[in-house]
Amino acid sequence: MRFSRKTLGIPYAIFLIIFVAAPLLVLFYYAFTNGQGQFTISNFVHFFTDPNTLGTLFYSFAIALVTTTVCLLLAYPVAYFLATSGIKQQSVFLMLFVMPMWINFSLRITALKEILNLLEGNLAMHPFLNAVIGMTYDFMPFMILPIYTTISRLDGALREAAMDLGANSAQTFLRVTLPLSLPGVISGVSMVFLPAMTNYVVLDMLYNSTYIMGSLIGSYFAAYNWHGGSMISLILLAMICIFTLLTGSGDESQARGGALL
Amino acid sequence: MVWKYFRRAFLIAVLAFLYLPILVLAVYSFTSSTNIGAIRGFSLHNYVTLFTTPELTGMIAGTIALALGAAAIATVLGTIGAIGAFYSRKRASDFISTLNQIPVINADVVTGFSICVLLVVVLHVSKDSYIPLVAGHVTLCAPFVFLSVMPRIRQMDSSIYEAALDLGATPFTALMEVVIPQIIPGIVSGFALAVTLSLDDYFIAMYTKPATFDTISTYVVNATKGAQTTIKTALWALSTVIFFIVVLIVVASNIRAMRRGDGEGGRRA
Repeated sequence: MRFSRKTLGIPYAIFLIIFVAAPLLVLFYYAFTNGQGQFTISNFVHFFTDPNTLGTLFYSFAIALVTTTVCLLLAYPVAYFLATSGIKQQSVFLMLFVMPMWINFSLRITALKEILNLLEGNLAMHPFLNAVIGMTYDFMPFMILPIYTTISRLDGALREAAMDLGANSAQTFLRVTLPLSLPGVISGVSMVFLPAMTNYVVLDMLYNSTYIMGSLIGSYFAAYNWHGGSMISLILLAMICIFTLLTGSGDESQARGGALL
Repeated sequence: MVWKYFRRAFLIAVLAFLYLPILVLAVYSFTSSTNIGAIRGFSLHNYVTLFTTPELTGMIAGTIALALGAAAIATVLGTIGAIGAFYSRKRASDFISTLNQIPVINADVVTGFSICVLLVVVLHVSKDSYIPLVAGHVTLCAPFVFLSVMPRIRQMDSSIYEAALDLGATPFTALMEVVIPQIIPGIVSGFALAVTLSLDDYFIAMYTKPATFDTISTYVVNATKGAQTTIKTALWALSTVIFFIVVLIVVASNIRAMRRGDGEGGRRA
């Protein structure tokens, strides 16, 4: 066959089929079969009837919701103050807020753990609080960056126009800047909410014995229960897809990459 | 006026939240203390332990080798994938782009678990062969390389490629000498991104690595559960070393960007 640029897509397509599509198909198979390879929906039923797994689902939602809110309440003002500050070296200051992302998260959480240990004594006493602090600490840069990018791209003339037309600065913010910055907020929320439901290692490192959705996969993995783990993975995947469709963040899913570079 | 000070104070407070733990740990890494709060004398023994304990140096070298290797494979795959997808018919191109999005939006726990189930449980590939680990990291990284290269291909002037063909270049020569040089910034930032993702990964390594191999993340997570204080404080030293390396890279890339006089360069380390 003659070489053309199109043929270059073939190896990558094959790679994606083997390592992205096939693993998901295997998850489907395992989620709906039992140890004897027979079709069953018991894994599915079990998840939605067992109070423990349901409790974990709601607990994850609660942690993710609180973490996302705290991140947003801290990150939005940071992004807004920075983008509207008129400092010449804005990109340097932005860099300061983003730089922690390049330090290995496990080492950063270790550092946080030592501080929390000093402040709280026994970390196991405040599992929910520590989970929220740890995740906020870990994920906040991912919230700051998209919001900053959206606000700093806003046309300053819009704000001036609002002021000229008699809006005070609070009105200008609420009716011009805030609505126009929502795309950045949505992309930040999607970068924090989903990891907050799944990144159980942050909890583990803070001596936290409470479970979030990701922990269930971890415990099934440790018990070699591939069927149970596959069902949890599928449920998580379904939630991620719904969330992505709802927020329309699929188009902006470069955000994680965009944030890192 | 008060508002102006409030804005500054807020920014400083958030920066303090982000940096104080790392900086406190950095200070204590130069002492013989085994706990934050108890101040003891200056000591470099954490750094000596870090660079002389084979278990630690091996783990660091392994992490770096894995990151560079997986990023190199991911960069080649992602780049040719992006070129191929861009010039394919719409359906083929959409197919590749859609599959490419899955690892990007998916939780790493799910990606790692699914690759483990396929390769280790179904296909019986031994984790000790490192194949699941490398495959997992390439799967994590390649889609980001693809996304990083794609905008460059879109911006590229395709008539230059046609011109090269008209002037007698074979398609392969034209690709290597005309297309690749034009998209090289996307390839480089894709590679850098891939290295960063691999270095920071915990879940995929956890589910696919050989039992005897550790990356920094899996090692540190395990070490926090243990009670070995020499290892614990040596990891403070590691955290400090990585912090300074990151600071150096950021400062260097900012200086380079300022010399070039374009602000965008600073943001793309």
